[in-house]
Amino acid sequence: MSKHDLLIIGAGLAGLRAAVEGVRQGLNVAVITKVHPVRSHSNAAQGGINAALTDRGDDWRDHAFSTIKGSDYLADQDAVEVMCREAGDAIIELENMGVIFSRDDEGKLGTRAFGGQKKARTYFVGAITGSALLHVLYEQSVKYNLHIYEEWFVTKLIKEDGRIAGAIAFDIKTGQMEMISAKAVVLATGGAGRVFEPSTNALICTGDGLSLAMQAGVPLMDTEMIQYHPTTLAGNGILLSEAARGDGAYLINSEGERFMEKYAPEYMELASRDVVSRAEQTEIDEGRGVDGCVFLDLRHLGKKFIEDRLGYLQEVALEFRGIDLSEKPIPIKPGMHYIMGGIKTDLNGATNVPGLYAAGECANVSVHGANRLGANSLLDTIVFGRRSAIESVEYIKSVKDVEIDSKELSKEKSRIQSILDRPKGMRSAELRDKMGSTMTKGIGVWRDTESIKYAIEGMKSIRGQLPNVYVENKGKVFNTDLTSYLELEFMVDVAESICQGANARFESRGAHFRTDVTTRNDKDWLKHTIVEYNGEELNTTSEDVTITDWEPTERVY
Amino acid sequence: MEALIKVKRYNPEESEETYFQDYSIDVAEDSTILDSLIKIREEQDGTLSLRCSCRASICGSCSMRVNGSAKLVCKTRVKEISPDGEAITIEPMGNFKVIKDLVTEMDSFWSKMKSVDPYVKTSFEPEAEHIASNESMTHLLGVMNCIMCGACVSECTAMEVDPTFTGPAALAKAYRFVADPRDEEANSRLGKLNENTGVWDCTRCLACVEVCPKDVAPMERIVKMRDLAIEEGYTNTSGYRHTESFNDSIKKHGRLDETRLALESTGLLNISGLIDLAKIGIKSLIRGKLPPILPHRPKDMKKVTSIAERLDNQGKEEE
Repeated sequence: MSKHDLLIIGAGLAGLRAAVEGVRQGLNVAVITKVHPVRSHSNAAQGGINAALTDRGDDWRDHAFSTIKGSDYLADQDAVEVMCREAGDAIIELENMGVIFSRDDEGKLGTRAFGGQKKARTYFVGAITGSALLHVLYEQSVKYNLHIYEEWFVTKLIKEDGRIAGAIAFDIKTGQMEMISAKAVVLATGGAGRVFEPSTNALICTGDGLSLAMQAGVPLMDTEMIQYHPTTLAGNGILLSEAARGDGAYLINSEGERFMEKYAPEYMELASRDVVSRAEQTEIDEGRGVDGCVFLDLRHLGKKFIEDRLGYLQEVALEFRGIDLSEKPIPIKPGMHYIMGGIKTDLNGATNVPGLYAAGECANVSVHGANRLGANSLLDTIVFGRRSAIESVEYIKSVKDVEIDSKELSKEKSRIQSILDRPKGMRSAELRDKMGSTMTKGIGVWRDTESIKYAIEGMKSIRGQLPNVYVENKGKVFNTDLTSYLELEFMVDVAESICQGANARFESRGAHFRTDVTTRNDKDWLKHTIVEYNGEELNTTSEDVTITDWEPTERVY
Repeated sequence: MEALIKVKRYNPEESEETYFQDYSIDVAEDSTILDSLIKIREEQDGTLSLRCSCRASICGSCSMRVNGSAKLVCKTRVKEISPDGEAITIEPMGNFKVIKDLVTEMDSFWSKMKSVDPYVKTSFEPEAEHIASNESMTHLLGVMNCIMCGACVSECTAMEVDPTFTGPAALAKAYRFVADPRDEEANSRLGKLNENTGVWDCTRCLACVEVCPKDVAPMERIVKMRDLAIEEGYTNTSGYRHTESFNDSIKKHGRLDETRLALESTGLLNISGLIDLAKIGIKSLIRGKLPPILPHRPKDMKKVTSIAERLDNQGKEEE
């Protein structure tokens, strides 16, 4: 059994940032990840990272207000304050670590505009900001000689005496299963996009951390808040960054109109994502789309500008659609992109289980509320990844090693073996596809009582069929058939909690838009939905939102 | 549309032998090869192992050989490789050990990456950001585009012969720091990269440039680092001597003086190197492969001289 002070599950931006901090603080840190760190999905963030840098006349309060308004007043305002205050230092630190941020004429950091904000405060690296940040944090992990369990799959969190004690995981390359003991654990496992089909998310985004936390008795919060990104490719759901609109691209319908004029006359294409996605869906539903899509038009930006600042978008458009963005508008539609909800934590990433923390997309601090602003997710990972590691230091010093019951490992081994021993039945992909299409239909851009009920029933049936799934590959070496099944188990947990959250929130707020109750109801629902697993079933409750300086008002763009 | 896919299989738990397995799968017209492989895995054969994640050419997981050459299969369409439904052969990347089927052991790749100290080294901690030109950052973007997929290493001809070569991916990464205006160790980096297994071991075959799915052009970065190293005064290398001797020989004789090239590249003071060379010389002599002591002279030596002069002047103008 290996022993560490701090075990971080996930090696994307939140995980690596937490790990670097843990090493700097003198802890014995290990990171465990089911893919090599540079394969993590932080890679896919294209547009940039927000910060209000005070030395150039920006104000964190302005950033905070945009974030809170973007969240449709569901974000906890103390959490938003923390994020926006620390953003400037976070950006400078990333630059110092080696991120090749774009510069202005004076050689200082340059910005681009992004949605839901009047001021351009998004710092960026071409259209590969996430990848550029992730690779630099990987560089730092090499510099600090970080201990990484590479290509290991975590199946269970272990608690002893009510506090976290470690995790059980297996090496995907050999099948060897082990107990890894740790005084504290940070969950940094990213999103759960694959619960839906299609999604912009990578195939690895299966909500592992949300399910692990839920099974360990940690509540999930605001899980119904699913972001549909306004510009994704039809079919496979691949993302085209908001950076395009930030840099001046238009959205047009089949009649060539810039339809955002009707929905957000002031912000136009740069209104909040939920607003733009609903506008697009309305255009499509009312017959002003083509094959279920509207268009993103970059032609007026010119080829050189597109290639210099939006190179990756051009690559995606050419490779996946054969469209040169400087010549033709590209068909796009709203697509599932991000989960605002997640593991409920305090301002320092701590959950209700002593020693267990969460950061990044899997966590809900909550800074995004009912709708996340573009370029706030990278910021979230960096700020709260760091804070969770710092927070763990005192805790780790204060606790003694725990003795883990060795039976835990043999129990988990036999659970996995029993899955491998199942008789021939259904393949996991079949059930996963059913889940994905049911969730997209039930918990979409629009939802109502009936559609949510449809999703709940659907998930009940899928849960019932899980034991009929069999794993064809019985081997130990790189058995992706087995990991796919275990990921499906995680996803069903997450899908059920999303349905419960959606069912509970009887109003329309941010990304949660019910066609049967189309208005926001601050009197009853200025609240977080809380979904908790008690070992038998999911319980849904609610909790007040923290309001500091910004009283909720009507949200107009 | 029907896709015929031949996959090279290997499962160490069953046998050390590799074999090809044929699959026929119905896919959409615009499907990528990755889509097809996933479909095979999910519908026909759960035992097939491969790495994949983002589906959008940014995570670097799914590099493998398609009809003999490495590609990122998520951005390679079936139609483009097989316009008339020809069978497509899929194998794991070359120059890597195989773990199972299409999954390669990447340890050697990462350890080489680590060997170039892949992080910015700076003693200066500014209060705000470092001031740098946008051009310098945009230039580095070309290398930061690298997603570490391994395609260049898979097809590297120098690595095939000498697995100790640092290789195109790690050297491209090294260039990212050598060319970063914020890094203070460019000189010592170049010194290290000049040693054996470094920049001079590239044979300039262009394979890495050709297969790179992100246009990183590793070989061009390697050549650039050779120039920079020479500028910094790192001239005590067989690579540098080779370049100089080559140049002199052409100017003087209009042809390559192979005997002199070998002697000068090794270095006239490098006794052990010269002894090794002598052994090769004797073997070549016995087999009748020794080059002429003096090269043949071309008919019109003046022309050669004038071409050389012109090239020299052009080089000066560019500087």
